[in-house]
Amino acid sequence: MDFYFGLIQLIGVHTLLGLSAYIVLLTGQVTLAQAAFYAIGAYVSGMLTVLAGWHIVPALGVGALAGAVAACAVGFPALRVKGLMLVIATLAFGEGVRIFFFNFDYQIAKGDIKVGPLGGEGFRQIRFFPENGWTTLEVMLFIWAFVIAVMALLWWFDRSRYGAVLRAVGEDEVAAQSVGVNLTAVKVSAMTVGGAIAGIAGSLYAHYTTHIEHSNFNVLVATFAIAYPIVGGLQSVFGTLAAVIFVQGFLIEGLRGLGDWRNLLFGALIVLAMNLRPQGIFWRRGA
Amino acid sequence: MLELKGVTRHFGGVRAVDGLDLVVPEGSIFGLIGPNGSGKSTTVNVVTGLFPLTAGTIRFRGETLDDLPTHRRLQKGIARTFQNIRLFGRLTVWQNLWVAQNSPEDRARRGFIARWLGGSRSARDEIAQLLEFSGLAHKADEPAASLSFGEQRRLELARALAARPKLLLLDEPAAGMNSEEIAQLRERILALRERGITILLIEHVMELVMGVTDRIAVLNFGQKIAEGAPAEIQADPAVRKAYLGGDSA
Repeated sequence: MDFYFGLIQLIGVHTLLGLSAYIVLLTGQVTLAQAAFYAIGAYVSGMLTVLAGWHIVPALGVGALAGAVAACAVGFPALRVKGLMLVIATLAFGEGVRIFFFNFDYQIAKGDIKVGPLGGEGFRQIRFFPENGWTTLEVMLFIWAFVIAVMALLWWFDRSRYGAVLRAVGEDEVAAQSVGVNLTAVKVSAMTVGGAIAGIAGSLYAHYTTHIEHSNFNVLVATFAIAYPIVGGLQSVFGTLAAVIFVQGFLIEGLRGLGDWRNLLFGALIVLAMNLRPQGIFWRRGA
Repeated sequence: MLELKGVTRHFGGVRAVDGLDLVVPEGSIFGLIGPNGSGKSTTVNVVTGLFPLTAGTIRFRGETLDDLPTHRRLQKGIARTFQNIRLFGRLTVWQNLWVAQNSPEDRARRGFIARWLGGSRSARDEIAQLLEFSGLAHKADEPAASLSFGEQRRLELARALAARPKLLLLDEPAAGMNSEEIAQLRERILALRERGITILLIEHVMELVMGVTDRIAVLNFGQKIAEGAPAEIQADPAVRKAYLGGDSA
């Protein structure tokens, strides 16, 4: 049973990661920086619970804030570039953050062991959940409480004027400016909200795996972050959830029995899905 | 109301607009005509701030606009339509107008948080009125991309009006329309003037320009070659030469 709980935890965290890219993609910005905000959230909240002894909830809040601040800082220079140039710029930022954590040591002695991030060795012993006796089921429910809260928030955004403004900017920046939309405010705010969501995802990830290292936040993760909303479609937040279930639940776990054939089929099925549902899995005709 | 002084915009070596002086009086319908490539659309783009000026200055209601970004100029009261329709195709007709409510009155009414999230009753009523004015009320929930060409033009005009403009720049609004549609457009333009909106009309279709404007300026190669009442422009030999070439006058 724990295997399935573990999978559902993973799906929850990846849904948050996908949603962090969803709101940015609505404004027409393709970003590969989400893995960096995910990493910042993971390391910041992990250090707060392990080194400072905080409870998970405030640590998670600070992790989200750190992700938001970093994303806001990236948002301003990102305004100046578009399309492929933005992809490259955010990729460079993401790799920069990963390399930073690859070299980041900050350990303190706790009892007879040293804890904290240790460069390439990673950050081990993020043991808030086991130390406080949380069961896998409880951790799973905790993660999903955030997934549901974030989905509800974005679902509401989508129906608000703010959501319509985000989509208007994504469709035509020139027309949006010409009807009085402040592009800077819209793009940077979307990036900031996305950064906060990625920070929450990272915080949850660090605590349920208990061990993180720089390679958990590489460009593949950044690619997954944008792949979920793109495969799922930008019509609705549920598309992202469907895509995560499809990719993580079916393509990665469901096909594990196929051994080496899995990777081949994985690519083929993504291609097939995009061909059959070019607007995303959750695409409604005429919508 | 709108005053252009020595307005110049170069693209590399091309002088799209070259030392243009223009005064659009308040409450007028001012025509801007000229052959293809004469700088009419570029003039709209520098007035709305999409292109920075190479030289010159633009004043609107006595204030200089030179450093204001496009969205701030809209809040001052300058709205436009595009020569090639630029709607938000995947948003509904209703949402296209909702997104465009960015006048200072609307922003004040929404407040900071509600600016992003709200949709007040009065905002909804105004959208309903705009839909009525444009004859699009029955299409409110359709995606804008699904509208016919004429409906899209009407929606784009309504979207510009949603910002409560004082000055409206219409960039070839009659392109691709038949006589009947042009007659309707003419009625709408006159109705807008009744509401106190000043209009700068860029147009090729003489049927519309000559019938509706108070005053016309003619551009050729980025420079003003004539200005006057419609009848004077029709009789002007330099204008005929620019349009027809040679010395056909």
